[in-house]
Amino acid sequence: MLSTNDLRVSYGMSEVIHGVSLNVGENETLTIMGRNGMGKTTLFKSLIGVLPSQGRITLGDEDLSSTQPYQRVQKGIAYVPQGRLVFPTLTVEENIATGLEATGAKKIPTDIYDLFPVLHDMRHRKAGNLSGGQQQQLAIGRALAADPKVLLLDEPTEGIQPSIIKQLAKNLNEIKQMRKISIVVSEQVLSFAMAVADRVMVIEKGAIVHEEDGKTANQEEIARYLAV
Amino acid sequence: MGGYTGEELTAIFLMQGFSGLSLFCVFLLMALGLAIIFGQMGVINMAHGEFLTLGAYITYLTSYLASDVWPFLLDYYFPVAIILAFLGTFILGYLVERFLIRFLYNRPLDTLLATWGLGLILQQIFRSVFGPREKSVVMPDWLMGSYQATDMVDIPLNGLMVVGITILLTIGVFILLYKSRWGIKVRATTQNRTMANAAGINTDRVDRLTFALGCGIAGVAGAAFTTIASTGPTTGSLYIVDTFLVVVFGGAASLLGTVASAFGIAQAQSILSFFLSGSMAKVITLMTVVIILMFRPQGLFASKVRR
Repeated sequence: MLSTNDLRVSYGMSEVIHGVSLNVGENETLTIMGRNGMGKTTLFKSLIGVLPSQGRITLGDEDLSSTQPYQRVQKGIAYVPQGRLVFPTLTVEENIATGLEATGAKKIPTDIYDLFPVLHDMRHRKAGNLSGGQQQQLAIGRALAADPKVLLLDEPTEGIQPSIIKQLAKNLNEIKQMRKISIVVSEQVLSFAMAVADRVMVIEKGAIVHEEDGKTANQEEIARYLAV
Repeated sequence: MGGYTGEELTAIFLMQGFSGLSLFCVFLLMALGLAIIFGQMGVINMAHGEFLTLGAYITYLTSYLASDVWPFLLDYYFPVAIILAFLGTFILGYLVERFLIRFLYNRPLDTLLATWGLGLILQQIFRSVFGPREKSVVMPDWLMGSYQATDMVDIPLNGLMVVGITILLTIGVFILLYKSRWGIKVRATTQNRTMANAAGINTDRVDRLTFALGCGIAGVAGAAFTTIASTGPTTGSLYIVDTFLVVVFGGAASLLGTVASAFGIAQAQSILSFFLSGSMAKVITLMTVVIILMFRPQGLFASKVRR
């Protein structure tokens, strides 16, 4: 589905992503693990196009390398950023509706509210007044409204309590089942990663240093990469 | 209050209240466009007054055509003039966003200087084209005269017309911003341009149309303005500071706040200027607003959310 070839991202003169090549299969969940400052968020920002990058990014047969973020969303990539970034003074319903712009659909798909009933209950509340976990659900709902083929989630567990993290892992697996889409998620919480991953990659200092199958992954070895 | 009887005071308040009402309408019409451009987009558009002036001049041109070239159209020119004023300022606003403002988002000081310069250029163009003297439109018959409410109270028809346009435009802007798909795009874009783009919104297009629409509303304000006063090259710039005050005082992103603060500031200035001099009225209003803003920097009606 989504592929990158020799993807490089620089802040000014210093290159922080050094030629990442990856390929996300259809209906696959790829988890990218790594410590803080190793380039997870930068990689995700360049995938959606918020940061400019060199190298190729393709979705199916289409080259996305020189497109703007909203065009990539129209082509089928949706993005849940680190820190969620919902629009605080828009209502929950309006926040989800922003995702509809990509497809031009009029109505919010019902499966979003089925997945996150709390969003339906709070649909007229301002998004800024939701709790962190609810805002995370809203950010995912907004992304799903764009009817993506690939869903990018950047550290969805950040600042969220353990019981909700478990629920979130269940939700992601449901989304993959329901929508038959690919998911790329960056993560530091090993248990969450193992609960969702079909394949695990470890990123260190802007390069992929380790890759293995999610079901049979050697957790101790990955944990060693995550240890400071 | 220096020797006025109660009856006289009531009459004074009523009379000044009416004159305050037309000031309120001018403030609000200008503030509506600015509420979108400054309140929503955060662009400090010092040339906003010149867009009002442009709208007024377009109306003047239309009325000139109607009275001197095709006199039989005189009765009907005003609605046409409103549309032309909107289109003219909308197009100019679109071009200004495309070639100037777009490069200056998140650089408030540069925007302020650039739009101030643009305002000066426009003023000089007006002066060169229309001359420094003020121009008045030829009013159609149905806008002349007044509606006699009681023996004492005359309500001029052109004033009523302006009030009507103000109400319609306010409702229109409200629906557009808070009840339409387009409004969701505008508010999402202005809250977080990068994220809105990454959520699937073509933010460049939203920005261009939003700015152009704000300018177009200023143009309609200019058309309405011609019915109560004459137009000179600096007409719009006289109101620009007051208008910014209205938008900031009302709470930048709140339309209801803009209406309330336009009303408060206009009425305060109008009533105080009867008892004191015009400049003292301005000083007192400004001081009150500044003091209130010190305690409520977010303005009167800021929406309450966690940020």
